[in-house]
Amino acid sequence: MSTWNDPPGGFHSVSAPDYLPRPQLAGVQLQRLQSVVTRAYDRVDLFRSRMEERRLTPASIASLADIARLPFTVKADLRDTYPFGLFASPMEEIVRLHASSGTTGKPIVVAYTQADLDVWSEVMVRSFAACGIHRGDVIQNAYGYGLFTGGLGMHYGGEMLGATVIPISGGNTERQLMVMADFGVTALCCTPSYFLHLLESAKEMKIDFSRLRVGVFGAEPWSDSMRDRIEQESGIKAYDIYGLSEIIGPGVGVECSEQRGLHIFEDHFYPEIIDPETGEVLPDGSEGELVLTTLSKEAMPMIRYRTRDVTSIIAEPCACGRTLRRIRRIGRRSDDMFIIRGVNVFPSQVETALLRVEGTLPHYQIVLTREVGLDQMEVKVEVTPEVFSDEIRKLEALQHRLEASIENILGLRVKVTLVEPRTLARSEGKARRVTDLRNV
Amino acid sequence: MKLQQLSLFVENKPGSLRAPCEALAAAGIDLLTMSLADTSSFGILRFIVRDPDRAKQVLESAGMVARVSEVVPVEVENKPGGLAKVLAAIDAAGLGVEYMYDFGAASRGGKAAIIFRFEDPDAALAVLQAGDVRVLSSEELLSDRTA
Repeated sequence: MSTWNDPPGGFHSVSAPDYLPRPQLAGVQLQRLQSVVTRAYDRVDLFRSRMEERRLTPASIASLADIARLPFTVKADLRDTYPFGLFASPMEEIVRLHASSGTTGKPIVVAYTQADLDVWSEVMVRSFAACGIHRGDVIQNAYGYGLFTGGLGMHYGGEMLGATVIPISGGNTERQLMVMADFGVTALCCTPSYFLHLLESAKEMKIDFSRLRVGVFGAEPWSDSMRDRIEQESGIKAYDIYGLSEIIGPGVGVECSEQRGLHIFEDHFYPEIIDPETGEVLPDGSEGELVLTTLSKEAMPMIRYRTRDVTSIIAEPCACGRTLRRIRRIGRRSDDMFIIRGVNVFPSQVETALLRVEGTLPHYQIVLTREVGLDQMEVKVEVTPEVFSDEIRKLEALQHRLEASIENILGLRVKVTLVEPRTLARSEGKARRVTDLRNV
Repeated sequence: MKLQQLSLFVENKPGSLRAPCEALAAAGIDLLTMSLADTSSFGILRFIVRDPDRAKQVLESAGMVARVSEVVPVEVENKPGGLAKVLAAIDAAGLGVEYMYDFGAASRGGKAAIIFRFEDPDAALAVLQAGDVRVLSSEELLSDRTA
């Protein structure tokens, strides 16, 4: 018997696009690109006026390379046209709306037709299959259910896969751990920082989660060293999944068993890497800002959407056999960056520095202050049983090693402060790493 | 004999001493003696209890980081020059002292007890026991305090 999430050779049609020969894939992409550009041009005012400014029509797109002639879409466009200005389908055809949390001002709203939801479930099924999750697995979905796309996106993908989905949503750590142990959970979906929180609590509560085999972690950047820690301490395989609501939600790209970059589901999402300053398209392998075009989206096509995520495209074939190109794991978002004393700093760089010093788990917080006109950066690091010493000088030496490691990477003197365990804010969703107290 | 001491990481902020003391109190654990070492940003609270392993569990389940380490209790004459005499013997033996604190001088007929943390507790114990310094056993040290 063959099911559609079997490995190559025995797979059913749903994972088949992962293995399309490249020329055939390019044919699918071009046809879909022409169709989505036509749809956006015909139905979305903002997009048509920007095309007209450039004297472009849908007929201008004769090859995939012509995509570089199209205008970019940015997050501000979604805000400026709030709530429904970028919709390309009448409300009668729209069956779902999601919205971002919108920390400043209005949220952004995204829409789905039934066909869009089907594509979303399909790419989630292909994502789960790439992570080795099968029919028979019990998936605990600890992403938030609601306006956030993480919860429902994972949910319907898991059901379409034929796995058992537990829609536990985020929060309530004790209940999460009880369910994990009692229901024999084999796969978990949540943010990586929340999984670290669960791991810590499981140790304290002496909860057995030995049946857990796979974690599908996303919605925030996390490093390879953080993955090593997670896998060593928990014994599970930890996979990175990528997505954003503006494009569809989770399931834009995912790691396979090789864990060397995330395959982008290129038959639905066309990736480009650009120089964020000039907007120029960069060749495969160069680092820059990821730009995505939705090739099959109906309700809200996104043409050349600037994700602000910094990565590069890996064009070399993957050992897993998928022909889909990969992107390097996203270590940073260009808007997570902060500038201190003229130096551009990404929280992921601080994380790398902390992890280089042996025994330091990445529970940390960056606090920026301004003293007498000079910016100060303090990194608060929680003390763990592994690094705690009875001797002051050893703890001070640890502080100095951490400071030296950060200075080594950033070229910036910072102050490291050791704090008591479990005192830094643990969000049950995304980790908040930077507190900026400067009144700039 | 060596004695087990419990050390706890505390932040240098109001209230950070109260939480561990309350946790131990709730578990009915008596603090026999304690000492606080501090820097500008953090401190280490060290104390002696009868059952350090249980105290460690109590603190850890309250979310704190604690460690059991070995110290050496030494008898000191409770009169001027008493401690200097012991330190001279330690010095003569070439032993490095990390820190020391008082176990409480009131008891035991004119004798006080000082808790020493040496770089190498085993080597220190061997040298001191062979010499003129009296190392206390945990029994005599702890039983004195029951009254």
